[in-house]
Amino acid sequence: MAETRERPPEPFTLRLRRYDPSSGEAPYWDEHTVELEPHRSVLEAILQARDRFDGSIGIRCSCRQAICGSCGVRINGEPALACHTHLDEAKGSARGGVIEVEPMGNMPVLKDLIVDMDAVHWKKIRRVTPWLLPKQPVPEREYLVPREAMVDVTQTMACIQCGACVSDCLSMEVDPGFIGPAALAKSYRFVGDPRDDEQYTRLNDLAQDPQGIFDCTHCFKCVEACPKDVNPMGQIMRQRRIATSDHHIKDPNNGKRHEAAFTSLVRDNGLLWEAELLPRSYGGNSWWGKFAPAAGKELLSSLPAIVKALLRRKVTPGAALKPHRIPPADRKSVQSIYDTIEGREKRVELNLYIVGEDEDVASAAKEATDGATATVGAPSAADTATGPEETAAPEPAGESDGGGEQ
Amino acid sequence: MKVAYWPGCVSRGFTPELHGSMAKVAPLLDIELVELDRGSCCGAGVIAEHNQELADTLNARTFALAQQVDGAELMMNICSTCQGAQSECQERLDANAEYRSQVNSTLAGEGLSYERGLTNKNFLWLLVEEIGLERLRAQVKQPLTNLKVGPFYGCYIVRPRNRLGIDEEHPRDHYLEMLIEALGGTVIKYAGMRKCCGFPIITMNKEASLKQAGRHLGDAADADADCLVTPCPLCHLNLDLQQPLAERAVGRELRMPVLHLPQLVGLALGLAPSELGMSRHVVRPSSVIDWSAAVVAAAA
Repeated sequence: MAETRERPPEPFTLRLRRYDPSSGEAPYWDEHTVELEPHRSVLEAILQARDRFDGSIGIRCSCRQAICGSCGVRINGEPALACHTHLDEAKGSARGGVIEVEPMGNMPVLKDLIVDMDAVHWKKIRRVTPWLLPKQPVPEREYLVPREAMVDVTQTMACIQCGACVSDCLSMEVDPGFIGPAALAKSYRFVGDPRDDEQYTRLNDLAQDPQGIFDCTHCFKCVEACPKDVNPMGQIMRQRRIATSDHHIKDPNNGKRHEAAFTSLVRDNGLLWEAELLPRSYGGNSWWGKFAPAAGKELLSSLPAIVKALLRRKVTPGAALKPHRIPPADRKSVQSIYDTIEGREKRVELNLYIVGEDEDVASAAKEATDGATATVGAPSAADTATGPEETAAPEPAGESDGGGEQ
Repeated sequence: MKVAYWPGCVSRGFTPELHGSMAKVAPLLDIELVELDRGSCCGAGVIAEHNQELADTLNARTFALAQQVDGAELMMNICSTCQGAQSECQERLDANAEYRSQVNSTLAGEGLSYERGLTNKNFLWLLVEEIGLERLRAQVKQPLTNLKVGPFYGCYIVRPRNRLGIDEEHPRDHYLEMLIEALGGTVIKYAGMRKCCGFPIITMNKEASLKQAGRHLGDAADADADCLVTPCPLCHLNLDLQQPLAERAVGRELRMPVLHLPQLVGLALGLAPSELGMSRHVVRPSSVIDWSAAVVAAAA
């Protein structure tokens, strides 16, 4: 670090996206060259440009140390905190060495790099009832929460509300009404809290909403965007899991039916039978599902695609009516795996955020041959999630005082 | 090279041309495919959504079968979604010995056991990292000159970067562009090339799903692509099979052919579109077939 501080200032060119909706003018690009040490942040460069060249540049910022979440922007097309991105790093990923800074996506621009967080982000956060609804009567003494459970919700509590995940959400891009990654991660903070008494109500609400937990398209964009490793998509998936597997919540969005149809088709055949999956997702998880009115309606609306697929022999009636299967002995093995695991009293989940990875994993990864599967010993392993259920894990590695709300 | 070959479900179901073209292309590249025909569905994230241990155990079983293939250098898949879902399960299995042994105890009845450290690569990664673009370039018989190809990665093979081992040394999120160039084609860049095809929500929010597919196809058309190429058969379903519906969702004609990765490689290695199952696509790849006919005629 000392070494980098000694590097002298050098020129960095910023290309800023400027827009003032009240002007009636179209957005435009504005370039400024500033001189700063390479370890300084993109935010410092923007502020220098504002101080020295154009006082009208709009940027929101406060703490300048990646805690307040105010300076979320897009740098070279990728979501980032301006205060948490070094200039040399930004220049390295810039086209032609010019650092492009744009406002975040999926939210209206108020001015230049400032977006309207109230109109989108905060409105969605409020949608998920972001406060604890404790069991009544509230205990007189402090409520001690198991350590694992507290470490678990700590992951979502790490959110600094910067909006980077909202900015990059691909479901929101086509469906702005989607509750979205930040708010659904916030929802898990209470769904996963053993002191909250409304787990079922919360999940039922989010399952019934057509733009709730089942509207996430599983693209991992929010996982990548988050500067604090909150793993919003993982939090959404575990809420689906608790809603469908633990509470057996049925929903009008085909969420539960799709999961049930998929899981049982693989149990029966070893492989997925696509022709049967779609009608069952709409009509119900049995062979008769395809005759339900909802499945018929879906079939009709998909006719243009189905007819073409049949004409091109992409899908033959024989293949559609008959599942592809693995050999009978292997089907039996698969079914016995289902029986063993589904017969457990509690679902077993490994949450790497809580337990970390075995110490030798990282060193094993280093020794692995070039390009050996990256999953071995990947350094960030917080993508997996568990409910507050039993984990198959040894002592938690995370820090928690085990008791308090933060 | 010999690989334990995991074709996945969809390549043997609704996209048989993918499995078929892989079988045609493999011998041309000296890849011996030992099919894991006893393995089960990777779960595509949906089984994990139901029960994580179940998904991990089913995939551990497939990995264990792959590790039993004598002389295989690694496991190879031809489906991005399998790559992503299997990598997620493998991350947990490899990270924790106690968990791994619990999973293995469920497999013990069958005499199977997964040992940490399997290498599982999508065909795209294998092409670039094992075969190498130089060697591939030398084997090209029919360079894709003047064919404008838009890469479509989908999600599972580019995110999350850490889990998938994407770094400066392994720019796996740029391999499609590198490959298209090595095969002699022209890379068309467009906004949606690393975005979601929408398939995972096709039964939950059909309109949003088709809008996603339609927008990316439209962006590629506006960028003047002749066709797209994808390493993911599920993306193929939303981009090709559902394209007639996606056209309605975005209110414009699209007519964008979408090729599977082995089909594009096969073309450059001298196979004819008909040998690669291109007549089976919902959107007939006329631009590609015309291009191929013109190249063959010019050579004659």
